[in-house]
Amino acid sequence: MSEHTDLLIVGAGPAGMAAAIAARRHGLSVRLVDEQPAPGGQIWRGIETVAATPRAARLGESYLSGADRAAAFRACGALYEPESQLWQIEPGFRAFITRGGKARIVTAEAIILATGAQERPVPFPGWTLPGVLTVGAAQILLKTADSVPEKPVWIAGCGPLPLLYMTQLLAAGGRIAGFLDTTARGRVRAALRHLPQGLGRLGDLMKGLSWSLALRRAGIPTIRHVTELVAEGEGRLQRLRYRAEDGREAEVPAEVLLVHEGVVPNIHAALALGCAVRWHAGQHCYVPVLDAWGETTQANIFIAGDGAGIGGAEAAEPRGRLAALRVAARLGRLDDAAAELAAAPERGALSGALALRPFLDALYAPRPQLHAPPDETLVCRCEEVTAGELRARALEGRPGPNQLKAFTRAGMGPCQGRQCGYAMAHIVAAAQGRPVEEVGFYRIRPPLKPVTLGELASLDEQEPAA
Amino acid sequence: MFRKLHDPGPQAVTIFIDGRPVVAEPGESVAAVLLRQQEGWNRTTPVSQSPRAPYCMMGVCFECLVEIDGQGSVQSCLTPVAAGMRIARQQGRRSLSA
Amino acid sequence: MRPDIVVIGGGTVGAAIAYGLAGKCNKVLLLDGDDGDFRAARANFGLVWLQGKGLGMPAYQALTRASIALWRGFTERLEAETAIDLAYEQNGGLAFCLGEDAFEKRRLDLLRLHNQRGDGEPDWEMLDRPALERLLPKVTLGPDVAGASFGRHDGHANPLRLLAAMHAGVLRHGGALRHRARVRRIEPAGTDFKLTLDGETLVAPRVVIAAGLGSPELARQVGLDVPLRPERGQVLVTERLEPFLPLPASGLRQTGEGTVMIGATKDDPGFDVSTTGEAAARLSRKTVQIVPALARVGLVRQWAGLRIMTPDSYPIYAQSQSHPGAFVALCHSGVTLAAFHAEDLASAIAAGSLPGRLSPFHQSRFDVPQAA
Repeated sequence: MSEHTDLLIVGAGPAGMAAAIAARRHGLSVRLVDEQPAPGGQIWRGIETVAATPRAARLGESYLSGADRAAAFRACGALYEPESQLWQIEPGFRAFITRGGKARIVTAEAIILATGAQERPVPFPGWTLPGVLTVGAAQILLKTADSVPEKPVWIAGCGPLPLLYMTQLLAAGGRIAGFLDTTARGRVRAALRHLPQGLGRLGDLMKGLSWSLALRRAGIPTIRHVTELVAEGEGRLQRLRYRAEDGREAEVPAEVLLVHEGVVPNIHAALALGCAVRWHAGQHCYVPVLDAWGETTQANIFIAGDGAGIGGAEAAEPRGRLAALRVAARLGRLDDAAAELAAAPERGALSGALALRPFLDALYAPRPQLHAPPDETLVCRCEEVTAGELRARALEGRPGPNQLKAFTRAGMGPCQGRQCGYAMAHIVAAAQGRPVEEVGFYRIRPPLKPVTLGELASLDEQEPAA
Repeated sequence: MFRKLHDPGPQAVTIFIDGRPVVAEPGESVAAVLLRQQEGWNRTTPVSQSPRAPYCMMGVCFECLVEIDGQGSVQSCLTPVAAGMRIARQQGRRSLSA
Repeated sequence: MRPDIVVIGGGTVGAAIAYGLAGKCNKVLLLDGDDGDFRAARANFGLVWLQGKGLGMPAYQALTRASIALWRGFTERLEAETAIDLAYEQNGGLAFCLGEDAFEKRRLDLLRLHNQRGDGEPDWEMLDRPALERLLPKVTLGPDVAGASFGRHDGHANPLRLLAAMHAGVLRHGGALRHRARVRRIEPAGTDFKLTLDGETLVAPRVVIAAGLGSPELARQVGLDVPLRPERGQVLVTERLEPFLPLPASGLRQTGEGTVMIGATKDDPGFDVSTTGEAAARLSRKTVQIVPALARVGLVRQWAGLRIMTPDSYPIYAQSQSHPGAFVALCHSGVTLAAFHAEDLASAIAAGSLPGRLSPFHQSRFDVPQAA
C-alpha cells in the first residue's frame, strides 16, 4: 500500500465519504482513515450490518439512507483504513496513524478533516456516575448493539436527538420513565423569527412534530423547562433530582439517565494544526474559520461536515464534495472554472440543508444554567477538578484558561479537555466578567488520540536517519 | 444497565471479562457488552478511585478504558469484540508490570 | 496600591523574586503575560538538579549548589503559607547510562566537575547495574543499561504547583498579581519608571525584568542589552501509573500524580513551540530502552517549551547602570534556582544592589569589546 496519496480524509461519516467519492471521480488518490470498524460515522453507525436486519426499520428512513452511501464509498477506490487513530499531523503533510497496534506515517498533498461533532458536555453534580450516559451514546448502543436500557430510562435535555431517540426506543420496545425537557421558556418565540427562511424545510419540521406527537400519544411524562439536575447514588446512579423553572422539584429513583444538550464541532485537530477558530454565537461554540470551499486558515487543510459548524448529515455531504472539488483544482485535475461550475449545485444543496438551522439553534440554545454548574460539580472528569476550584482560581489575578489549566490540571487528562473546555471558558468568563468569546480555549497538543510509547518507539526505528 | 433485544444466535462469540465468559455479537463494541453486565460494570479512576462507566460511546470521553489482551487503557467503545478477547477492569492507576 | 517594585514576568523566575520581595515587606506587583505566551514555566520538567551542571563555570556550579541547599527550607515556608504541596523530594537523582562507553564517559565528566570544585567529598557516585537494580526494585531495566550516576543532592518537585504556590505566596504577603498584563514599554520618569500596558500606565520606583524571551526588548529600554535565543525542548507525559520509579532521573521521572515525564529534546527552530512526531519517537525509543515495560503505557500529552538561552547558557542577573533600580533576571533552570531567587536574589534587589558573587552573571560579559 502506497504511503503517499493526493488526499488524506479523516472520518468516514457523510462528509468524509462524500469527499472521497467526489475526489476519486476527479482522479485523486485518496486515503480515508476512521476510528470506527465500518463506514457511516455517528449518524449511520453500523449501517452495513444493520441494514440487512429486521431491526433496521425502527431506526428510520434517514438512517437507512446511509446504506447506499456506504456502498458507493466502498466502491469508489479510496484506500480505506478503519479502526485507525490519527494522532498528529505535521506540515508537509505527514500524518501519524496507529492501526492494530502499529504506528506509521502517511503523507498527503491535502487533508480534509471530516471528524464531525461531539455532544456538548453537560456538567452537573453526579454526571460522572456509572449509569449517566449521553443520548448519543444510547443511540449508538441501539444502532450497533441492539441494546436498550433495561429499566424505564430518564432522559434529560433538548434538541432533535432526544426526540428521535425516544421514538426509536419506543419502537424497539424500550421504556421511558420521563423526559426532562431543558428547553428554556421563551425559546419557541425566539426561534419563530428564524422560521420564514426555514419554510423550505417543512418536511424536517413535520418530522420533529411527529416525534413530539408520538411521545405525547405514548403518554411519556414530560417536565418542561427543567433548569437543574443532580445525579446521586453509591457507586452508580440510583436517584435523580431535578428542578424546573417554576420551582417544581422532585427526586426519583433512576438506574440510567441519558443527557443531551446539542452537539458541537470537534475542533481539537483543527486547533492542534493552528487553524483559526471563531466563536459562533448562534451555536454557542467555536467553529473553524473557513472559506467557501471549507479551507481553513492553513493552506490545503479543509474541514467538512459537522466539524465545520453544526449542519447535520445533509449539509455534510455537499461540504465534503466542495472540499474535494477544491483539492482537485489545486492539484490540477480540474480547472478553476470547472470547479466553480461543479460547486454551484453543491452550494445550493448546502444552503438548503442549512435553512432550518438558525431556527433549531435558537429553539435549542443551551439554557444559561448549563454553563454555570454548582461548585461541587466535577468539571474536568479526567483530573477531577471542580467548578468551585476553577471559580476561585479564576479570581486570583484573572488568568486565562491555559494558566488555569496549569494551576489546576483541568484539561490535562486523557480526553484533552474535550469534556471541560467549554465549561472552563464559561467559568472564567463569568468569574472575570468577560465575554466568553474573548476568553479563548485550551492550547491543544498531540497526541490527538491515544498512542503508546512502544508504538512511538517503533516509529523511530522505521525512519531513516535524517 | 442495558439489555440486548435479540439473541445473537449461532454467530455469537465468547469473550472474557475478568476471567468470566460472556456472550457477545460480532460488530458490537466491548463497551456495549460491558454495559449489559448484570452487576453493573465499572472501572475506578487513577485520581480518586471513583467508579466510572462508558459515557459517550464515541471515543471522546475516555471513561470506558479497559485492559484488552494485556494492553491497558484501551477505549472499549472503539474496540469491536473478537472471539476469545480477554478484558480486565482497571482499578485506579495501572501498575507498570500489568 | 502604588507598588514599591514591579516584577515583569509571572513565570517561575519572576514569581520567585516577587514572592521573596513580598515577604520582605515590599509592596510588590507581579505582572504576568498573556494566556498564550511562550511560557517556559508551563513546560518545565521539574528537576531540582545539581549533577553534571557548571563545567567551565564554577560560579554556576556554586550558585546551583547554594540554591539546592536553600530548597528544603524554602519549600517548607511556601507550603506552610499556601497549603500547596510542592511534592518536593530530595532523595538523590540518577542519570542512566546506555552502554559501557556512556557509563565511563559519565564518570569522567563528573570527575572533571568535581575537580573543578576542588574541595569537599564527592556528592555523587557511579552505580553499576546490580547496584542500580537494588535501588529500583520495581523496574526491570533494559539490556543496554550499564548503570547510572547518582547525585546525592538531586531531587524533583511539581513545577506547576511551585508556580501556583509562589503566585499564592505573593498574594498572601499582600502583594498583587495580574495575569494578562503585558508590559509594552518602560520609560524613566524622574527616579521612577513608567510602565505602559495595554490601556493603562503604572509607575514604580523599581522594576525587575524577568519576562523570559520577552525580556530583551524591555531591558533595552533601561539600557541593558541581554542577548537571548529560544531553545526548544519537547517533553512527553504518560498516563498515571502506580509508583515504580522512586528517584527522578535526567530525562525520566515519575511525578507524585503517577504520570511519567520524559524529556527533553534540544533544538533551535526559533520562536516555534510546535511538537514533532520525530521527537516523540526518539524520546520514546530511548525511554523503552531504559525501562522496556513502558512500551505498553499510553502517551497523554506531548508539549514543547522554549528555554531562555544566553550565549553561554548561564543566567543573567544585572542592575542597569544607566537606570539604577531596573534589574534583569533571566535563566533556564528556574525551578532549581527558585530558592535562590526567592531568598538571596530578592534580598539583594530589595537592598538595591547585587552582591559581588553575582558579578560573573552580569550581562556585560556578552558586550562586544570596543575596537581600540
